[in-house]
Amino acid sequence: MIKNFLSFEWKSFIRSANFGKGLAVKILMGFFALYFMAMFLGMGLIMYPGLKDTFPDQDPLVIVNNYLFYWILGDLIFRFFFQKLPVMSVKPLLTLPVKRSKIVNYVLGKSAISFFNYLSLFAIIPFGVTLIVKDYPVNSVLVWMLTLIIATLCINFLNFIIESFSAEKELSFLPIIVFTGGLFVLNHFNVVSFTEIVANGINAVYETPVLIGIPILVLVGLYLFNFKILKQNLFLDSGLKKEVKEVHASNLEWTKNFGDIAPFMRLDLKLLWRNKRTKSSVWMLALGLFYGLFFYPQPMYQEMPWFFAFIGVFVTGIFLMNFGQFIPAWDSGYYKLLMSQNIKYEQYLKSKFTLMALSIIILFVLSIPYVYFGWKILLAHFAAAIYNLGVNTHVILYGGSFNRKKINLNQKAAFNYQGTGAVQWLIGIPLLLIPMGIFALFYFLIGFEIACIILATLGITGVVFHQRLMKTITKKYLESKYKMIDAFDQNN
Amino acid sequence: MITTSNLSKTYSGNEVLNIESLDIPKGQSFGLVGNNGAGKTTYFSLLLDLIKPSTGFIKSNDIQVNESEDWKPFTSAFIDESFLIGYLTAEEYFYFIGELRGQNKADVDKLVAQFEDFFHGEILGQKKYLRDLSKGNQKKAGIVAALIGNPEVIILDEPFANLDPTTQIRLKGIIKDLAEKQGTTVLISSHDLMHVTDVCERIVVLEKGEVVKDLKTSEATLKELEVHFAGTGF
Repeated sequence: MIKNFLSFEWKSFIRSANFGKGLAVKILMGFFALYFMAMFLGMGLIMYPGLKDTFPDQDPLVIVNNYLFYWILGDLIFRFFFQKLPVMSVKPLLTLPVKRSKIVNYVLGKSAISFFNYLSLFAIIPFGVTLIVKDYPVNSVLVWMLTLIIATLCINFLNFIIESFSAEKELSFLPIIVFTGGLFVLNHFNVVSFTEIVANGINAVYETPVLIGIPILVLVGLYLFNFKILKQNLFLDSGLKKEVKEVHASNLEWTKNFGDIAPFMRLDLKLLWRNKRTKSSVWMLALGLFYGLFFYPQPMYQEMPWFFAFIGVFVTGIFLMNFGQFIPAWDSGYYKLLMSQNIKYEQYLKSKFTLMALSIIILFVLSIPYVYFGWKILLAHFAAAIYNLGVNTHVILYGGSFNRKKINLNQKAAFNYQGTGAVQWLIGIPLLLIPMGIFALFYFLIGFEIACIILATLGITGVVFHQRLMKTITKKYLESKYKMIDAFDQNN
Repeated sequence: MITTSNLSKTYSGNEVLNIESLDIPKGQSFGLVGNNGAGKTTYFSLLLDLIKPSTGFIKSNDIQVNESEDWKPFTSAFIDESFLIGYLTAEEYFYFIGELRGQNKADVDKLVAQFEDFFHGEILGQKKYLRDLSKGNQKKAGIVAALIGNPEVIILDEPFANLDPTTQIRLKGIIKDLAEKQGTTVLISSHDLMHVTDVCERIVVLEKGEVVKDLKTSEATLKELEVHFAGTGF
C-alpha cells in the first residue's frame, strides 16, 4: 500500500500541468538544502573547539545543553513558516478498502523523513563524534545524540499540531507567536526557567541513560495526538459540515471611482476578504510592516545603509509579493467564465495592478514612523516604494502569465494547512535582491542619495511606460490563454 | 448565425472532433446528443474559444471566434460549475455578470424576478455564497446568469443533469420560450433524449466526433434516436 501511495505522488508530480515549474522549484530548493546542510555541518564541526576557546573553563556540552531551549523555539518558528505537512488527496481513497489509520500513519511517517529533520543531524553527529574523540563516555554521548534526534522529531510533530490549530484561525500565525513568545517571556523573566528545565533534563538523560524513556514517551504522545487530529479530518463531513455563516453582502460603492475596472476591483476585494487563503495574505501585511523592527533597532544595521533598500522593498511590497505571485491563479476556479465573458483582458489585469499599487502606497504611508530610526531610512523606503510601483508590479504580472497551478479556493484539502510552504518565498528573491543589488552598487560607487535617486528613477521609468508594459503583458496572457484554461481545468 | 467549416480538434494524434460543415440559423433551438466522448463539450468549448481548433473555424454572426473577441457581447454560456464564482452570493454573481454585459442593477433585478418560480425560493435572498449551495441550485444560478443581458446565442452544456423533475420541466419552458418568442439561438447538449426532443427544433447526433444524424424534430424523432442509440452501444 505504501508503495502505491508513493507511486501516486510521483505520478501526480510528473503528470501535473505545472511540471516544468515544479521541477525548477525542486532543483532550486535542492541548492538551498545543500547550503543549509553545509552550514549545519560547519556548525557541528567548529562548535566544540569554538566553545572551548571562548569559554576555556566550561564544558562545551553543558553550554550547548543550556541553549537547547532556544534551539527548540527557533526550530519551531522556522518550521512553522517553511515546513508543511505532506499533502495527499485522500477523498478518492476514503471509499476504498484502505484503513484510515494507514493513510494517517503514512502521512505522518513521511513527515518524519522530511529534510527538516535531517538538517539537525548534520550538526548533532559531528558534534557528538567530536565529544567521543575528546574522551567523553561513548554510551552517554550516543544517548545524548539519540535524545536530540527524538527532540527533533518531537518538534516536527509539535509543529503540525500548532499548524492544525492555526489553520482554523484567521490570524494564522498568531498561535505560533503566542506559543513561542509566551514560552520565551516566561523563561526570560524567570517565571518558569525552561532553559534550566531543558538543560537539567538533558543532563539527567546524559548521566542516567534509562531516562531516555521520558522523551520517547513525549514523542509517542505527540504522534498519537497528531494521529487523532488527522483521523478526525479524514471524514468527508468534517470538511463539508462547515457552518454556513450568514453573509453580509456589501456593494463597495466607492470602487466606482475606478471607472471601467470597478467590477473587477469589487470582485478582487471580495476574493481577498471571503477566502481563508487570501485572507492570510492580508494578515501578512501586518507581519511585513513590522519586519524593519528586526533590523533598525540594532546599531549594526544602522551602519549599513545599503541594506535599507531591501527592507524598504520588503515592507512596501509584502502584499505585492504575496498576492501578486498567484495572479491569475486566484481566479483559476472560474477562469473559463472570465474568458468567455464580455471582458477585456487589460481591464482585468489593470484591476490587479491597481490593487497592488494601492497596497504599496498604503504600506509606505504606514511605514513612515520608521523615520524615528533616521531620515535616511524614510528616503530609502520612499525610493523602494517607487521601485515597487514601477518595476516589481509589472515583473510580477508578467511572471503570472507563466502560472499554471490551480488554486482551489472553495474546498480545503484535508491535509493542506496553508497551501504553500517554502516555495512561496522563492519569488521574493529576484524582487528583493535585484533592487538591493542596484542600490548597494550605487551606494558604494557614489553615495546614498544617488542610490536612492537611481532606484526611484527606475521606478518612475516603469510608471511612465506603464501603458506600453501593460500592452506587452496583456499580449503574453492572451498567448498563453489556452494553456492556462487547460491547466486550471485540472484538479491537482 | 453560427457556421462551422472544416472544424477538427486533435489531441496528440487522436481526432476527437471533425465537423465538415454545420449551419445553425438564428433563432433555432439546437440540440446536440451523443454518447460520452462524442465531442459535445469539445464543440461547445471551441465555440467559446476555450480551446484552439486544429483545423477550420467557427463563425458566429460572421465573426471568427478564435480571431476576434467581438462575439462575446452577444454570446453567453453555462458549461459547468467552473463558470460560477464560489465566494459570491447569487445576487452578487448576477450583478457582476450584468455589469460585464452592460446591464445595471435594475435590469438584472427585473430579469431575475421572472425566474422566481424556477428558483423555488432557494437562490435569492439566501445570504449564502454560491459555494455553499447544493449542486442543483448552483446549476440554476448558472443557467439564469447565462440569460442576463439579452444574449443572441446561449450555450448550455447538459442543462438538465442534476436538476430535480420540477425544475427540469420549468427549464424546458424557459428554453422553448427563448427560441420561439425572443429569437434567441439556443444550443444545448443532453444525454436525455426525451428532453432534447421536447425542447429542440433540430437535433444533431455526434459519434466519435462526427455528425452522423441531423434531424428536424418531429413525432418520429424520439423513436429514431432511441433505435440509433440502442444500436451504437456495442
